[in-house]
Amino acid sequence: MLKFTVRRGLLALLILVLAVTLLFAMIHMMPGDPASVILGPKASPELKAELNQRMGLDKPLLVQLGSFYADLARGDLGLDVFSDREVSEIVFEQLPYTIVLVLAAIGGATLLGIPLGCFSAIKRNSLLDRVTAVMSVAFIAIPSFVVALYLLLWLAVKWRWFPAMGAGASGDIVDQARHLVLPAIALGLGWVGYIARLVRATMLEVMEENHIRTARAFGLPERTIIVHYALRIAILPTVTILGLGIGTMLSGALFAEIVFSRPGIGKLLHEAVVTRNYPVVMGSVLVTTTFFVLSTLISDIINAALDPRLRESGKSS
Amino acid sequence: MSSRSDFFRETFASLRKDPLGMMGLIIVVVILLSAIFASLLAPHDPLEVDVYNRLQDPTWQHLLGTDQLGRDVLSRVLFGGRIALKVALVAISVSLGVGLLLGMLAGFGPTWLDRLLVVCFDTLRSFPTIMFALAIVALIGPSLNTVIGVIIITSIPVYARIVRTQTQALRNQDFILAERAMGASTARILGDHILPNIAAPLLILASMDVPAVVGMEAGLSFLGLGVSPPTASWGSILNDGYSYLRNSPWPIIAGGIPLILVTLGFTFFGESLRDILDPKLRRKGGAS
Amino acid sequence: MTTPVLDIRDLSVSYHTDRGLLRALRHVNIQIQPGRIIGIVGESGCGKSTLIAAIIRLLAPNAQIDGGSVLFRRNDLLGLDPEDMRALRGDEISLVFQDPMTSLNPVMTIGRQMTNIQYRENRSKAQMLARATSLLERVGIADPAEQLKRYPHHLSGGMRQRVAIAMALMTEPALLIADEPTTALDATLEVQIIHRLQQLQRDFGCAILFISHHLGVIAELCDEVVVMYAGEVVESGTTRDVFLKARHPYTRKLLECDPARIEQATRNLPVIAGKLPDLVDIREGCVFRSRCDSSIDRCARQRPALDGGDHCAACHVAGQ
Repeated sequence: MLKFTVRRGLLALLILVLAVTLLFAMIHMMPGDPASVILGPKASPELKAELNQRMGLDKPLLVQLGSFYADLARGDLGLDVFSDREVSEIVFEQLPYTIVLVLAAIGGATLLGIPLGCFSAIKRNSLLDRVTAVMSVAFIAIPSFVVALYLLLWLAVKWRWFPAMGAGASGDIVDQARHLVLPAIALGLGWVGYIARLVRATMLEVMEENHIRTARAFGLPERTIIVHYALRIAILPTVTILGLGIGTMLSGALFAEIVFSRPGIGKLLHEAVVTRNYPVVMGSVLVTTTFFVLSTLISDIINAALDPRLRESGKSS
Repeated sequence: MSSRSDFFRETFASLRKDPLGMMGLIIVVVILLSAIFASLLAPHDPLEVDVYNRLQDPTWQHLLGTDQLGRDVLSRVLFGGRIALKVALVAISVSLGVGLLLGMLAGFGPTWLDRLLVVCFDTLRSFPTIMFALAIVALIGPSLNTVIGVIIITSIPVYARIVRTQTQALRNQDFILAERAMGASTARILGDHILPNIAAPLLILASMDVPAVVGMEAGLSFLGLGVSPPTASWGSILNDGYSYLRNSPWPIIAGGIPLILVTLGFTFFGESLRDILDPKLRRKGGAS
Repeated sequence: MTTPVLDIRDLSVSYHTDRGLLRALRHVNIQIQPGRIIGIVGESGCGKSTLIAAIIRLLAPNAQIDGGSVLFRRNDLLGLDPEDMRALRGDEISLVFQDPMTSLNPVMTIGRQMTNIQYRENRSKAQMLARATSLLERVGIADPAEQLKRYPHHLSGGMRQRVAIAMALMTEPALLIADEPTTALDATLEVQIIHRLQQLQRDFGCAILFISHHLGVIAELCDEVVVMYAGEVVESGTTRDVFLKARHPYTRKLLECDPARIEQATRNLPVIAGKLPDLVDIREGCVFRSRCDSSIDRCARQRPALDGGDHCAACHVAGQ
């Protein structure tokens, strides 16, 4: 287990380093020089020179790359162009909101999806099964921001069941929970379907396998067989999917934050892009990418912990 | 009677039996036609401004109401279909093509090349897609072509990985080994033997990818980073509608409907197709 | 006359298939006395798996019981409530399956699997583990405490099968059903496991229903033998009687074809000409008729019944 973790961890680190380098390369690959991009094409040469100096853009590329890594290692993501605040500070201020949203969405989706999938498999072709199947397909496909917009329109603006904006008064958990409901639904709805389908398919396969027949032959109660023998195996793909899905969720979270005017990395990034505040852009992308790589790593590790057969390969999913 | 047309006939017959699949197919066809014939079907010019009649509810004049500049929403939706069509066609065909090539190279070629390509794919895939798109747009500036470019870049690794896995699975099969023993060149093996065996699942995948691609363009346009005004894209309609949400719900309702239809249509159709073609693939011999 | 542990009377089972009703078992009669080892011999398709499934009542959904009874110590299992049946499984009636590679849960440790099946007893975790350890020892597994912590894929096929036998014997069942337990193992392993099984049977005193198509093993292990063909019992008796004085033509042919009997190097292995009859379309008369050398007119018209006695055969021309 340890060997696997180390191997997988190193791979993740490699990917991360490459991703960061790619970002760095992108910064320097674009048309025109960075200063023009930030300040706009009409900026005066003096302003540009000053910015170049401030951001170290006039030094040779490799030196810049070096100091980029050095800064990163120290946790320094640069300074916000407009407010001069530390980008890392800004990003980590907003990050918790997004994390809470993503966790709420995943939590809800798993809590609903796994039982739905399990029942669909046990009561195959029942009404529940068929309805779940159709609705799953429908919601997986529909873009989450469309769902978010419709939820906003009907449940928040028209019927006022839930608040339409913000994250809720700080310190007031109930209020914050209320503000979390609609965005979490918008984000997680597709996942309920996805998880349910996955669990159903895996359960159907697993229930046919010989070891389940053995368990039955030993007279174990059906409920034990379903939950502790079959479902335990059937859940594994879900864990993998969730790890990978965090990336999609982060993207979806961006839309949810914008539609519901919630604070978070997504909203931060969007604003930064629109205002060409590109230390913040880079900082946000870096942080979310790291988050994504980490979550894939963790889900692979959890997966290997749950299914001992995976430990030998040490490959990523 | 060629076996090709038999194949289509059989497939279509099976499709008829699946109500969801048929519905999907019909929706897809309707949307395609409405996009292609948008200029004939649209009652108004999508760019025509009529500020006196802004943000109206549906009337006979404007079946889906008007937006904040008095433009007919229905016409804008119809023309938005053209944007969606363009994005889907270009993005998917390019990323499929390049992904196919790279995937086959990775799956069939030397190990070092495979490792290199896989690391590249994984690196690209390590970025959350929209975040990546935003970063690129921040650098290059918003435009529809940028959006298409971003979609392509983020889709290539996905296709490539799948092609790679399939190619690897096929590469050790007896019939491939036989071909190599007879001295067939790599290009020939890839083209004549590997490609036909992965074509069908790949095409199904591509058709199921349409909703995601269209959704991404709509999303980016919704964020103001895709098409530039006054072009009508479903995403930009939603964007405009969002700003005026409390004045009139119709632009949002109208903008969301085609997106929902596209995703439902292609997904139901694609799923149905996959269910039909899967057992058929096995029967047709091919690899296994 | 003691009560048999298992008394199968006139059991008939069919499956509903696309092609029609497939009559897998027809009028099967088998008796197992306590403490005896009964072997069932037959080719694939003779109905062995259906028989086992019928006994423990885990038949496929498309199966139906056409008639007969399965008496376990005088209780008809076929009439039992599902919960009562479940109580018997793994407790009084145990199973060892054919394929050790897939019969154990891959994501649970051996120890966990072996303690789970003890759920009916009121034992502490430590006691359950102790019992599991002692049983692993008895089936010949070295370092049992270590093995309990491992997962099935760490163990070889032979070891997994020993674990399966240990699990089956843990509750000291009255009847152990072994479905070709050594078929998937190589010959040396097979011998070891059979000897171990013999020893365990002496220690535990359970009756064993041992299914195999390996005649040598049956001869070695079993007290009595039942020969099945295409869903029917065609001959049964003590192992000595059936193997040395076979009465049914099929049994004779089986014995002739046993590879162990080949004394000279030859290119052609003896086979029984012809193939199994279609179980969806059973004709009148004897089911073996199409492949039999000694058939007479009567064989085509009347299905032979198992004539009575300790060594019986279902044949019109069977010698005495």
